[in-house]
Amino acid sequence: MSTLPILSIIIFLPLAGVVLLSIINSDSKSGIRNLKQTALWVTCLNFIVSIVLLINFDQTDPNFQFTENYFWLNSGISYHLGVDGISILLVILTTFLMPFCILASFDSIKFSLKEYLISFLILETLMIGVFCSLDLILFYLFFEGGLIPMFLIIGIWGGERRVYSTFKFFLFTLAGSVFMLLAIIAIYIEVGTTDIVYLLQYDIDPSLQYIFWLAFFASFAVKIPMWPVHTWLPDAHVEAPTAGSVILAGVLLKMAGYGFIRFSLGLFPIASSYFAPFVFTLSIIAIIYASLIALVQKDMKKLIAYSSVAHMGFVTLGIFTFTLQGIEGAMIQMISHGIVSAALFLCVGVVYDRIHTREIERYGGLVNRMPLYAFVFMIFIMGSIGLPGTSGFVGEFLVLLAIFSVNTYFAVFATTGVVLAAAYSLWLYRKVIFGPLIKEDLLEILDLSYREIIILFPLAFITIFFGFYPQPLIDIIEPSAAHLISNIANDLSLIEPTNQIESIIQMESNY
Amino acid sequence: MSIFLPILPELSIFLSAIILLILGLFVNNIKLIINLAIASIFFAIFLVLLQPIQSAFNNSLVIDEFSKVVKILILTGSLASIIMYHSSRKDLNINLFEFPILILLATIGMMIMASANDLIAIFIGLELQSLTLYVLAALNRNHLASSEAGLKYFLLGALSSGLLLFGLSYIYGFTGNTNLNLISTVVTPGNIGLIIGIVFVCSGLAFKVSAVPFHMWTPDVYEGAPTPVTAFFALAPKVAAIALAVRFLIVGFSDIAFDWQQIIIFLSIASMVFASFAAIAQKNIKRLMAYSSIGHVGYALIGLACGTSQGVSSLIIYLTIYLIMNIGVFSFILSMKNKGEYYENISDLSGLYKTHPYYAAVITIFMFSLAGIPPLAGFFGKFYIFIAAIESNLVLLAVVGILASVIGAFYYLRIIKVIYFDENKNSFDGFKHRSLNFLTHPTAFLILIFCIYPLPLINISNYAASSFF
Repeated sequence: MSTLPILSIIIFLPLAGVVLLSIINSDSKSGIRNLKQTALWVTCLNFIVSIVLLINFDQTDPNFQFTENYFWLNSGISYHLGVDGISILLVILTTFLMPFCILASFDSIKFSLKEYLISFLILETLMIGVFCSLDLILFYLFFEGGLIPMFLIIGIWGGERRVYSTFKFFLFTLAGSVFMLLAIIAIYIEVGTTDIVYLLQYDIDPSLQYIFWLAFFASFAVKIPMWPVHTWLPDAHVEAPTAGSVILAGVLLKMAGYGFIRFSLGLFPIASSYFAPFVFTLSIIAIIYASLIALVQKDMKKLIAYSSVAHMGFVTLGIFTFTLQGIEGAMIQMISHGIVSAALFLCVGVVYDRIHTREIERYGGLVNRMPLYAFVFMIFIMGSIGLPGTSGFVGEFLVLLAIFSVNTYFAVFATTGVVLAAAYSLWLYRKVIFGPLIKEDLLEILDLSYREIIILFPLAFITIFFGFYPQPLIDIIEPSAAHLISNIANDLSLIEPTNQIESIIQMESNY
Repeated sequence: MSIFLPILPELSIFLSAIILLILGLFVNNIKLIINLAIASIFFAIFLVLLQPIQSAFNNSLVIDEFSKVVKILILTGSLASIIMYHSSRKDLNINLFEFPILILLATIGMMIMASANDLIAIFIGLELQSLTLYVLAALNRNHLASSEAGLKYFLLGALSSGLLLFGLSYIYGFTGNTNLNLISTVVTPGNIGLIIGIVFVCSGLAFKVSAVPFHMWTPDVYEGAPTPVTAFFALAPKVAAIALAVRFLIVGFSDIAFDWQQIIIFLSIASMVFASFAAIAQKNIKRLMAYSSIGHVGYALIGLACGTSQGVSSLIIYLTIYLIMNIGVFSFILSMKNKGEYYENISDLSGLYKTHPYYAAVITIFMFSLAGIPPLAGFFGKFYIFIAAIESNLVLLAVVGILASVIGAFYYLRIIKVIYFDENKNSFDGFKHRSLNFLTHPTAFLILIFCIYPLPLINISNYAASSFF
């Protein structure tokens, strides 16, 4: 198993699918069916391969596994792949969500299905590449490359204001990321390599760390997104087709969270600890502000989009506590949010396909016609609130625990966010599911089809399962997270004594 | 005879140009002339590859690694424009056998520019190229815009040649030499007369590469000239003029690098920023490509401003990728036609992907690559330029460049938006042309797969840069 380049296979299998799709004739009905089947089977196959990866993954080893290293650009820039406990779960999350995205698009995409599926498979390649790269340039390549298919997905198959939204999405993210590119180049010149494994051991000059940290932060803050650069997300979510929203919420936002853990913390620990209060403040503002805005939304997708901003606030809070619980909590929160918010967008897609509106006011009393739908929707709403027994709870609880140990004030504000989350989520649920069934077009609405059941019930099961038994996730994350924490602690301890000595010298000279 | 050996490629092209000129008078077969011109270019490429490193005519022409690589780029550009001319001459109504011959003559001028190591040789090469370009711009005599473009280009070009010559005479006056190697031995910092000379030469060269603020002619000439000529303007002369500037400044004046660096930095920043804003409002795709080329020259000048080995090699990488992208884009523009009518407005492309999904994908690759989005080749061009800039501590230049690339991304995205997001309007029949497809598809493929195996180009560029450092 060790000689097989399994990560390359997972990354480039969807591209092979693209080649297959592009030679299928899409003019006839059977051709369209072939397209759908091919895309579905390629993504399923990729999921199976990634499960093989997970089975062969050594949970006790905190280092990178399944590494592949080939000479690529200059000396010091190589095609270096590998996964550890932090990235493997995000790889699995990506491959897991993809078949659902393909399934969810079967009926809702009315034209150019071939190009649509090709865009999605290219996007899958790029997303997995982001999580597997162990070279900064390679990472940047995948990270930025993802903009191209997403730009087309929102722009071609999106809603009414799709052009505005997709331009906003593209230019916001690009503007954030280019500074990261300059920082990567500066690191390359400073250190002589962009190899992440080497850089994680290397202590970058503290005075440069602050600049580099800000450059990386600009990129990830836009992508995750943090207040005040979150404004592209609600627009992009609202206009994107259902599967586009699922991938956006489920995986693309996680790329930034992953970036914070791997790069901001791993490469610039001193700057990270220096800027931690700044990040906390922005996260708290994001949690409370986004939750309050979610309370007044009229559009279901916009409400869920703002809830994403709030949930990502918990992730950044957890990451910058520098504690084991914080990072584990942030990771579990990301995975849980990846599943729950993806499922919520799929739920919106279910009723949107039937009624063609996302306005909350247009719904009501769906429980009478759609009991199954009401049931799964409830589970995901509870997961979004973070009710005990759902995966959302585990993540939020760990993050709150960590932030309490660091700073009580931030913890108090963060906890308010949980209450607000309950308020807007339950309000959405009540408006859509309960109440009298009086709207005329809702009287004939049908409950979930088999295809939708196949999509939604596994996600519901996973939400509940990890709510009760998150241990498998923690087992995978813990060694790598602990390794990271100890590295950071080492770097910080190297700095702090000298600071103390300096301050002592200063005090003495004052006397 | 052996003293002519170093200029064998130029001589071969010259002889074939003369023979073709005579042949054209007697044989009424343009296709034959075009084919022979293409064959002579291939032969010249072959000769350039075989040439040893040497210098000729008392070191006034040098054949080194740099000039060989640049000559191959120039010949490739000329080759592509002849093919483009062949595919469009009937529809454009310019069925003149002089076209390939003029291209060949301009190519000789540009090859001398690439090798010129002497002020006189520099001027001869530059003028030989410029004079043929003036004629080419006005080639479509019956077309008002083309004549206007030719006249405009001629007036401004003559002015810039005057500036350049004035600067050269200053440099000769203050150093007493015309050979760049000899000049470099007597250059001392603080010589104001010399700096005035360099400023004039840089202005003249900035005009030839269309760097801001000497860019005014570019949009009009690009729009007015027949498209194959526009393509030729965007391809070979840019490469040749930048190569000339590199050799002139780095060989002759590396001791006072600080003085001329400021000029280049200003030209570079002005070009990048101006082009990215000015291109946003363009409706004509040839005008848009004019602004795009101004912006790209700005990025290429970053490599020159570094004045280091890394700078020159990143410049070569950038120019090569720029050349490949522009060959593709211009042959695509030539394919935008229906029943003999050419489309030139961006809005004419609306909804292209519904009727021609494959070609829409091809132009999308080019546009994302021009915008510098990874993993396409255009990204690597910018990447190496920025490496060189940060290595030489030109961080400000890198920051401005990268911000301009974000703004620039907008106008490239606008074309993609028109192709994919707007309703279908026109029908096209120009995509069947075999010789144009021969240019578009391989270049798109190269740009797409460049990231997999970029080493050959990096090695070539390092090889080219090794001749200076």
